[in-house]
Amino acid sequence: MSDKPRSFQEIILRLQSYWAAKGCAILQPYDMEVGAGTFHPGTTLRSLGAKPWAAAYVQPSRRPTDGRYGENPNRLQHYYQYQVLIKPSPPDLQDLYLGSLAAIGIDAHLHDIRFVEDDWESPTLGAWGLGWEVWCDGMEVSQFTYFQQVGGHDCRPVSGELTYGLERLAMYVLGVDHVMDMPFNDPQSPSPLTYGDIFRQTEQEYARWNFDVADTDMLLQHFKDAEAECHRILSAPAHDPKKDMQIIMAHPAYDQCIKASHLFNLLDARGVISVTERQAYIGRVRALAKACADAFVQTDAGAAA
Amino acid sequence: MPDLLIELFSEEIPARMQARAADDLKKLVTDGLVEAGLTYAGAAAFATPRRLTLAIDGLTGESRAVREERKGPKVGAPDAAIDGFLRGAGISREALEIRDDKKGQTYFAVIEKPGRKAAEIIAEVLDATVRNFPWPKSMRWGTGSLKWVRPLHSIICLLSDEAGAEIVPLTIDGITAGRTTYGHRFLAPAAITVNGFDDYEAKLKRAHVILRAEERAETIWNDATQQAFARGLELVDDRGLLAEVAGLVEWPVVLLGRIDDAFLGLPPEVLQTSMKEHQKFFSVRNPKTGRIECFVTVANMETADKGATILAGNQKVLAARLSDAKFFWENDLRTVKAEGLEGMGAGLANVTFHNKLGSQADRIARIAALAREIAPHVGADPDLAEQAAKVAKADLQSEMVGEFPELQGLMGRYYAAAAGLDEAVAAACQDHYSPLGPSDAVPTAPVSVAVALADKIDTLTGFWAIDEKPTGSKDPFALRRAALGVIRLVLENNVSLQLSEIIATSFLNLIWPLLQDGRMRFMGKIWDDPEHELIPRHFFGGGYGPVEGDFIGWDRFDEACGAGKCLCLEDQTTENSPSWRPVARGVVLKDLISFFHDRLKVYLRDQGIRHDIIDACIAMPGNDDLTLLVKRARALAATLATDDGENLIQGFKRANNILTQAEAKDGVEYSFGADPKFAEDNAEKALFAALDAADANILPAMKAEDFSTAMTAMAALRGPIDAFFTAVQVNDDRQVIRRNRLNLLSRIRKTCLSVADLTKIDG
Repeated sequence: MSDKPRSFQEIILRLQSYWAAKGCAILQPYDMEVGAGTFHPGTTLRSLGAKPWAAAYVQPSRRPTDGRYGENPNRLQHYYQYQVLIKPSPPDLQDLYLGSLAAIGIDAHLHDIRFVEDDWESPTLGAWGLGWEVWCDGMEVSQFTYFQQVGGHDCRPVSGELTYGLERLAMYVLGVDHVMDMPFNDPQSPSPLTYGDIFRQTEQEYARWNFDVADTDMLLQHFKDAEAECHRILSAPAHDPKKDMQIIMAHPAYDQCIKASHLFNLLDARGVISVTERQAYIGRVRALAKACADAFVQTDAGAAA
Repeated sequence: MPDLLIELFSEEIPARMQARAADDLKKLVTDGLVEAGLTYAGAAAFATPRRLTLAIDGLTGESRAVREERKGPKVGAPDAAIDGFLRGAGISREALEIRDDKKGQTYFAVIEKPGRKAAEIIAEVLDATVRNFPWPKSMRWGTGSLKWVRPLHSIICLLSDEAGAEIVPLTIDGITAGRTTYGHRFLAPAAITVNGFDDYEAKLKRAHVILRAEERAETIWNDATQQAFARGLELVDDRGLLAEVAGLVEWPVVLLGRIDDAFLGLPPEVLQTSMKEHQKFFSVRNPKTGRIECFVTVANMETADKGATILAGNQKVLAARLSDAKFFWENDLRTVKAEGLEGMGAGLANVTFHNKLGSQADRIARIAALAREIAPHVGADPDLAEQAAKVAKADLQSEMVGEFPELQGLMGRYYAAAAGLDEAVAAACQDHYSPLGPSDAVPTAPVSVAVALADKIDTLTGFWAIDEKPTGSKDPFALRRAALGVIRLVLENNVSLQLSEIIATSFLNLIWPLLQDGRMRFMGKIWDDPEHELIPRHFFGGGYGPVEGDFIGWDRFDEACGAGKCLCLEDQTTENSPSWRPVARGVVLKDLISFFHDRLKVYLRDQGIRHDIIDACIAMPGNDDLTLLVKRARALAATLATDDGENLIQGFKRANNILTQAEAKDGVEYSFGADPKFAEDNAEKALFAALDAADANILPAMKAEDFSTAMTAMAALRGPIDAFFTAVQVNDDRQVIRRNRLNLLSRIRKTCLSVADLTKIDG
């Protein structure tokens, strides 16, 4: 393996190997539409409670309003985040992070790497933390956050979260100016594929659907359904009569919260949510996230110390 | 005398918090030490992105022993009282002494506090300082419970003197103080052991950390100006940015790069803002072309390739940013060419200004109408003023301002020029927000002045009408600033404007559309208290009393308002809880004018004019013409500064007091007009003559608004009034004489009050 990665996927593979070697469980992407890697229950829910946790994963993420029909060099409605969550945050997390940059070919002695104040807040998840955006030669390459609160619960212990915007980071490492021109697999392989070969057409299709075609009445109904189902799941008694044991359904309920959040994003892209309604919708999703967090901390996986 | 070195080494501290944190560290620690009985010669605090440092020299080695005696309750007092005393003194009952006092046997506590070693005190003070540090935002990390701005990694706490250095034993939340720190994150990450402040600072410098923020700033500034100079360019001064950048690096390395030619056509302000806000770059200007052609970035790193990779990376990021800016600029120009500037602003109809005051488009329509009204008073062409107001906020809808809100106004100017609008209109787009603060320049171009006034007055009237006035320290809509803006616009441009009329027009502009589309209706409640003057019966096309009526026509409305009658309105938008309180035009007017007067007092106080002088002038008619009011106040202040003026006030007050007492006692008003034929004394006759002369001068001068002539004439009464009081007894036994003299005093009062209300003057 040469020092510099040659493709998008090689960067992902190197991050996977690096964090696996540092003791993280390499999870698979969550099988639902989410706006960011933070929504994966491996981050949202697992940052709660006292049990140690260390996980890393790629999360395909969707932001319908960012669609540009594949024409913008940097903006996509579907993109990838690389996410690391370690609880409790280790004292050498900054060094571990810098090691991951070295693993993908960013030599700290040749570049200017800086930690610039950036406090993170997710109104939909009822979560906030303090940290930085990490700059490499003036470009933001990651978000680095110490979670303080999620779903309205204090994080004890505190998790350290790292989020890499994979396309942007890879474009920088590979020296590519337009995301669609980026080699996805090895350019020397028999069938070299660029990012555009794989995603240009889908960006067009989704941009059209997101902006102009999606059935807003249906989306609104689905939002209401997901919201209702989430509350219904959580209002079920903790005791399961069939198995005669306690089963709190925090994860199925949280799936509905994820759905509601994505449906809100789609409605937003269709431009049917006014400025005043916006806050109300965000508040409704936050109420779901909080209810799911309340349920999760009642379970084994989310128990406090 | 030992020296103390403290370092709190952490992960990256936000640049904006560093200077304040260094000050807080110094204050908290030195206050704590002094409180505990130590003294010191000097203290200095420092901050870098990763450390807060405090150096104290000449610290005393220990605190002095203290002996304190406290007198307690009498012997035989209730146990509760004695126990309370013991708790306060911190001693046991056995340790109490009994002494004979004036009132019998009394308990005394003798508290001996032995001197304490400095180290012991320092450990306590530092522990408390770290645990209670006033960070604007702090956090926990890992499994700990300590809060700091970012994870705290190590602490140096070292006392040193000629004999050597000693670590102050101290552990905070698992971090034990030592004498070790670390250098630059990449250039010298190894541990460094130090034995005092000088050693610490020197070793850090060798490890690529400049401890002092001002030294880092100076390095950046010198290197940047030199590099620019070497290429025949000049650095654009930006002290705020310099301070921020100095807080982002421990080892500043200045790199100068070129902006790609493709972007040099962008307005220089766009280049500057984009580079500064997103990248923290300084702008570098070519003095020959006046354009911004290069940038300076400050890295925290020295590299083998002399920063080539870093510069190339930064250039690439900049190119991406400026491509966005160029894209916005070109799209905006295309919009302006195709739809005009008003077309660009069309979307403002969908932007809410305030839920009770309508959309931005509603507001712009009001401002345009008002600017037209104001234009003749400020020497502006009404058509141009109206046109300027209509487009002045259009740039809020531009893509560029969407990305860089701080460019609002400025982009309007560029886009107005691109749309081929009059230069005066373009200037108003940029300048109508001004003045933003007490030191901001005031526009002078007539069209700009008209729009700037209309903008601010509409805001004030609007928020007054919905009863959202500033209270105490709360002024969320910056209404005090808006009022000060109006005051400065009017005064500095010497504009004569009757604010009451303008505010009345503004109020009509505000409610007219609401009445038209039914968002507001007359509820027909007829007020009969003096605060709410009666609305004429015909206004509702019918009877008196609480009736509900529809608006019956603009003519009648105008007629009513013109007659100074007020309106009472209620909101119809929500059935159960009206979001508009009943609004009376008369109340809004009166209240807002007095708000202007309050702000004016503050403004003039800063210019050395006393509040009582302004009050004396506010009491005069025409007080809503602020230029006139201030002219009057300045003339009065100048008059009162003279010997005659000052003494005239005494004479006036004496006359006024005697007269007021007599009028109260006799139950009559002595305003008949005195008759000179009853004058006996020469001084009395002279006063008659002087008053005649003064009136002859004052009346025409006041008419001509020549206040200084009027006031000089008034001040000339000082001699005759003084002479009159010396020579004559007012309360003569003969009633005819007494009445005549009282009527003469009344003439003094009338003449003086025709100039200003001297009763308001202090002293």
